[in-house]
Amino acid sequence: MRYVLKKTGVLLVTLLLISLLAFLAFQLIPGDPTTKLLGNDYTPERAAALRHELGLDRNVLVRYWDWLTGFVTGDMGASYNYGMSVAQVMQGKGAVTAALSVMAWLLVIAISIPLGIALARWQGRRIDRVFVAMNQVFMAIPPFFLGILFTYVFGLVLKLFVPGGFVSPQESFWGFLGYLVFPALAIAIPKAAMVTKLLRSSILNQMDEDYVRTAYSRGNSRWGVLHGHVLRNAILPVVTFVAMTLADIVAGSIIVEQVFALPGLGRLLLSSIGNRDYPVVQCIVVIIAFVVVFMNYLADVVTQYIDPRIRLG
Amino acid sequence: MKIRHNKNFTFGAAITAVMLVIILVGMVWTPYDPNAMNGRAKMLSPCLAHPLGTDNFGRDIFSRVVEGAGATFVIAAATVAIGLVAGLVIGGLTGYYGGWLDEVVMRLNDAIAAFPSILLALVLIALFGSGKYNIILALGLLFVPSFARVVRAEVARQRSQDYVALAKLMGAGDMRILFLHILPNIVPVLLPSVAIGFNNAVLAEASMSYLGVGVQPPDASLGRMLNEAQGYLLTAPWYVLSTGTAIILLVLGFGLLSEGMGGEYGAA
Repeated sequence: MRYVLKKTGVLLVTLLLISLLAFLAFQLIPGDPTTKLLGNDYTPERAAALRHELGLDRNVLVRYWDWLTGFVTGDMGASYNYGMSVAQVMQGKGAVTAALSVMAWLLVIAISIPLGIALARWQGRRIDRVFVAMNQVFMAIPPFFLGILFTYVFGLVLKLFVPGGFVSPQESFWGFLGYLVFPALAIAIPKAAMVTKLLRSSILNQMDEDYVRTAYSRGNSRWGVLHGHVLRNAILPVVTFVAMTLADIVAGSIIVEQVFALPGLGRLLLSSIGNRDYPVVQCIVVIIAFVVVFMNYLADVVTQYIDPRIRLG
Repeated sequence: MKIRHNKNFTFGAAITAVMLVIILVGMVWTPYDPNAMNGRAKMLSPCLAHPLGTDNFGRDIFSRVVEGAGATFVIAAATVAIGLVAGLVIGGLTGYYGGWLDEVVMRLNDAIAAFPSILLALVLIALFGSGKYNIILALGLLFVPSFARVVRAEVARQRSQDYVALAKLMGAGDMRILFLHILPNIVPVLLPSVAIGFNNAVLAEASMSYLGVGVQPPDASLGRMLNEAQGYLLTAPWYVLSTGTAIILLVLGFGLLSEGMGGEYGAA
């Protein structure tokens, strides 16, 4: 319990620091938004009036506090570009990124856990060696390149999906999920290769332990030892790693969304950077960073729950 | 320096050596001028004169891939150099002196490391603007925390060794001890991190340039070329394939090298 409390404290401090850093970063940009907002109507008087209206003439820390309390209660300010609130601009985009990330994450688990166990069981056989070598290559493939390959092979040649033909969940929920399968696979495969490798070597490390020899001597089969004893211990480092990959996947989806023309947070982030729409950029950055930090926090807590040997360190 | 001579290291060294030779030769000579357009040789399939075909302007893709790989390599190397030098100074000083400054710097380090790297790079690009030098600066800054962390841990460990105490007894100054005595001893631990950092830099540069916020035309880079090539997926798939393969070979080579040196390729 003390562990969870301490971790929660660290989590809160980190979240505050992140939001502060993100906020300050966007205060340092040369030039101010009034130039852009007023366009041709720019006069120093109007700019001053607008600055007052937007509250830009107040102390930085006061503005940070206002922004933070607004952010927490769902009022994230107004977009410079679209003439609506940031929350409206982002509506529906978060769901796309979330669905893509979760699907990719589930694929990582579905591919790597059975494969890692199987490879450990087949250690040294030809199939193991082939997969281990393939793993090294797959780990080196950037997800967005895999995405382009999928677009070519499955989209243009085999015509399994229409590249750029995104289906919104309102139109057809299953069509929406169907379109996400290939982007999710593109993100998942390199990560799955890493997890497979980690699980395989984690199992093989455990196989040398004394308790394994004892288990064998009590008449257990290799299958029994693996599933009854080894897996419980071998899976621990993998759980932490898998939990942390979700954070990576969320960040990685920024790029893959671009490959498949998915209208998610990543695409919005990029177009907002292009338009210098800083309130939107700031919000997306903080949201993604929060998700990532929170996932890492969950990973720590879950690992401690499964393995109480890990104490405050 | 102890290197585990194994298959990983051998393969990694072989791939990296081949890529380096191609890149170095490409810096002084390519079969064609990478930017020379040729209206009569547009969109050629791979053939003897153009081993990887030509693009929509009739430019030789092989020459372009070689030039792009060189550019990506230089950007990644510059990025790692920035991260490494700053990481050595920050990590070295905080690890050697410890104290409250160490605490503050490391907490700040943690907060920065909590941002996903691609996200942080995008923020920095939003602040600085895009372009070749900005991307080097942004990615370089990005890598400072991870290098600082490795250096700090190692320096803190080495500080309590006997040879440091002896050097002090002989009247060596702090800077002399830190950079002349301790630094050579942390190189073996640092090398795998450098290789992994290099990989992350290649991937980050490729991603950023692919997204259109990194290297801008007319500068070449593998990421930018992938962005261009994607438009000709149906008519010239070899363009995408050769560019992507160059990225994979760069990353794979350094990844295997770092693993051969005892690093954790993939787990970073």
